[in-house]
Amino acid sequence: MIAPAFLEVAVLVTGIFLLIYESFAEDREKSFVAGMGIAGLGVVFIASFFAAQTPAITGPVTGWLQFYSADAFALFFKRFALLTTIIVLIISLEYRDVVRRYIFGVHSDAGIGEFYTLPVFTCAGLMWMASAVDFVMIFVSLELVTISFYILVPYMRRNSISLEAGVKYLVLGALSTGFFVYGVTWIFGLTGTTNLAQAAAAMRQITGSQGPLLFGFMLILTGLGFKIAAVPFQFWVPDVYQGAPTPITAFLSVGSKAGGFIVLIRVVEAFLSVPMLREKVIAILSAIAVLTLIYGNLAAMPQNNLKRLLAYSSIGHAGYLLMAVASLDGARSASAIAFYLAGYLLMTLLSFLIIVVVANATGGDDIAQFNGLGKRAPGLAFAMLVAMLSLAGVPLTIGFFGKFFVFAAAIEQGHYVLAAVGVLTVGAGFYYYLKVVRAMYWLDPAGETSVPVAPLTRFTITALAALIFFFGVYPAPILRTLSAAPGAEEVVAADR
Amino acid sequence: MLVLLILVPILAAAAILLGAPARQMASSAASLNLLLTLLALAGYHSTQGGYQETFRFPILPEWGLNFFLGVDGLSLVMLLLTAIVTLAAIWVAPPVQGNEPAYFACLLFISAGATGAFASLDLFFFYAFHELALLPTFLLIGIWGSGDRQAAAWKITVYLAVGSFILLLGLLGLYLSFPVDHRTFDITVLQQQASLINPGSRNAIYLTLLLGFGILISLFPFHTWAPAAYASAPAPAAMLHAGVLKKFGLYGLLRVALPLLPDSARHYAGLLLVLLIGNIIYVGLATIGQKRLDLMLGYSSVMHMGYIFLGLASFNIIGTTGAALLMFAHGLSIAALFAIAGQVRERTGTLAFAELGGLAKPMPVLGFAFGLAAFAAIGLPGFANFASEILVFFGAFQNGTATPFSQIQIATTLALWGVVISAVYMLRGYRAVFQGEIQERWTGLKDITTLRWPLILLLAVLLLAGFFPQIFVHLLRPAIAQFLAAK
Repeated sequence: MIAPAFLEVAVLVTGIFLLIYESFAEDREKSFVAGMGIAGLGVVFIASFFAAQTPAITGPVTGWLQFYSADAFALFFKRFALLTTIIVLIISLEYRDVVRRYIFGVHSDAGIGEFYTLPVFTCAGLMWMASAVDFVMIFVSLELVTISFYILVPYMRRNSISLEAGVKYLVLGALSTGFFVYGVTWIFGLTGTTNLAQAAAAMRQITGSQGPLLFGFMLILTGLGFKIAAVPFQFWVPDVYQGAPTPITAFLSVGSKAGGFIVLIRVVEAFLSVPMLREKVIAILSAIAVLTLIYGNLAAMPQNNLKRLLAYSSIGHAGYLLMAVASLDGARSASAIAFYLAGYLLMTLLSFLIIVVVANATGGDDIAQFNGLGKRAPGLAFAMLVAMLSLAGVPLTIGFFGKFFVFAAAIEQGHYVLAAVGVLTVGAGFYYYLKVVRAMYWLDPAGETSVPVAPLTRFTITALAALIFFFGVYPAPILRTLSAAPGAEEVVAADR
Repeated sequence: MLVLLILVPILAAAAILLGAPARQMASSAASLNLLLTLLALAGYHSTQGGYQETFRFPILPEWGLNFFLGVDGLSLVMLLLTAIVTLAAIWVAPPVQGNEPAYFACLLFISAGATGAFASLDLFFFYAFHELALLPTFLLIGIWGSGDRQAAAWKITVYLAVGSFILLLGLLGLYLSFPVDHRTFDITVLQQQASLINPGSRNAIYLTLLLGFGILISLFPFHTWAPAAYASAPAPAAMLHAGVLKKFGLYGLLRVALPLLPDSARHYAGLLLVLLIGNIIYVGLATIGQKRLDLMLGYSSVMHMGYIFLGLASFNIIGTTGAALLMFAHGLSIAALFAIAGQVRERTGTLAFAELGGLAKPMPVLGFAFGLAAFAAIGLPGFANFASEILVFFGAFQNGTATPFSQIQIATTLALWGVVISAVYMLRGYRAVFQGEIQERWTGLKDITTLRWPLILLLAVLLLAGFFPQIFVHLLRPAIAQFLAAK
């Protein structure tokens, strides 16, 4: 068995090695950097299945464990981060021509090495985030992730849209960090600790006004709301998603969002354990969930740019996830969130990969570029169809099971209004996801040329589409890894 | 056997998409499925009753979720309907413009979805299979439809998607209303422990189910998606959707809502009666006003759902068996009508009454077939529709209280006028299309030749079930008696 903390170390070592190698590598070998990154992360991914899971913490803890939990939940999200990063690197390889077009360099391949290396560091940050059970640890890992995104979003520095996205992301990211830290100081001031479990215990002792606690919670929620793209903290999303290099958009919408959600789960669990705050916390989360569902799904309907459409759709999906967060009192809600995110990973990364492939051949990422894809590239079109159906939530795809679990969690906790709003927005979702299907199958192609697909990409697309179906029929393997050991909630519950 | 029944169309669709000859593959798969269904029918021990041919594969044990197939008399009748209509639909499919493999694959997927739903004894897969048909319908209408096909495709898809998710809410609510250690998606187990459902939430769950299923069945006032979609859909898609898929909701009410929530079902019978009168009278009058054959058939298929609801609202064995038999009969007759309408459109390019007339002269066989199918739809003796409607009316009327003219008797009396309404629009449609003056341009039309066989198949089964309804009643009765016994 491997100590779980070594996984992050291994990822960091991989990243540093890639940086050094990249500095000395010949220009033509830059793609090799990505290849090595994929291989290195792949090894860590396999190793993660041999990592020792720490049992639920009972009683007061000292030392390293104060910051770092390696429960089944944390391990699940570590694997999640690794898989996401691997696929993002594969997308980046497909995307390299576009990046080259927008950066200076003496050679054609100069300056592209970091584009493959930085995601590896982001991955380490995401993995720490998965284990963080202390506000300081959460903050540090969150910043590691965010700062690498500050570099990656405006990476195509000769492209004004990418730069605009970078500025927006930088300003709003910094602002959200500010909110988060300010909230943490309030909680620290009231409880005298930054450890989540101890803070929860201290909060339960507090009598008198709950205002300061709620204020702190709201500030933290604001900070995390930016990360998960919840309404009303979503306004950066469409522009940044559209402007950023597509692989980075994919990374933002999957990795960053998942990281935000695991932190949110741990924080909300802590606050829910305080009887005095429970109802208000649930009410706040429900309100945000309703707003996010409605805004994300309705605003997606008129979009014509696919990246922008997926940006709004990612807001919509945050809404479904928030439905489950508001139901976190239920025994299965946390695993519902994890499962939903797993499905979201498969279908979103699949769509972004196909977007990049199609954009390479047709020169743009509007829905119109997908016109008649069913005739030009039946295989790609079918894979995109699978992704869209899964995002819409058609049964026998993983997306449906995700929605199924989330709705079950909401109904079990008696959130009928949330469930009803969710149902209506699903209808909107069908409309805009099928818009893509319509373009691919109803409309005539813009050009006749077929779309070339590299072998590695073809393999990835096939694997992702197959997994969407497989887990859509047989979701047990994912749930088993989640329920193999007590989830995040136990850490807090043990202290209750 | 049942697994094969679901797999055959799916595998055939996959083979077609991978390059197998589309039409041959699809027709062989449909024929094979009809054969398999007949075998299953022959192998069913009706004396023994209950669920047979069960197949179980655990999917999520901790949720009580299995891939669980099995049939009783009711599902066998529905499977037979699916197999017959699928074969007829694939048979009458005209030469396809454009992507032929996709067209037949879509038809096979709709068929597989319906088969899976009718053969499932697990609530989850019962639901999931039905949804399989949603996307093929969208593609079929959107790509190969006629008229305002895009609007119709969007409307049916979004409407049905919302309806399905409302249904999902209801089913989830049903699942969660059992005590924690009794939760399961196994329909057979649920039926045994129906009394454990939390009494406080029964009515709410029933209403959600009624709304969800009702949208899928085009229950008044949620019927507006149906006529336009059926009018625009290519004939085989309309046959499968109106003939088979729409029966899923009724089947669900019978198999899930009625046995599990018997008290709520009776509690809201009055509401259902009002809505079904809306189906029969309001939509019936709207049908009379239609000026195109396809729209008229679309509205008529909505209207006829009213009778089936009336049978379900009777809560006795006669009326409910009649409803189940009517599901079968209506499926066949509406499929025949849409097939004929498709043939007319194929030849003339229009279905507007004003432009047609006298078509029976150049096409006597098609005209005769339409006449028979129209008589069946009206409910004339000799056809299965008559046998089942008479059961529905007797059952419903009989269920009234001792005091004269209880709610259901009033509803039955009103519903009887529906027969007159059907006669009016069907005969008007017949006259407008096949009788009267023929326009010069239609005199050269060719009658159907080999395509008379699918029509003969549909009409022959209708006649068979009309003259010998006992064959089917014998199958349906034990299953329905079991549903009604739940109190």
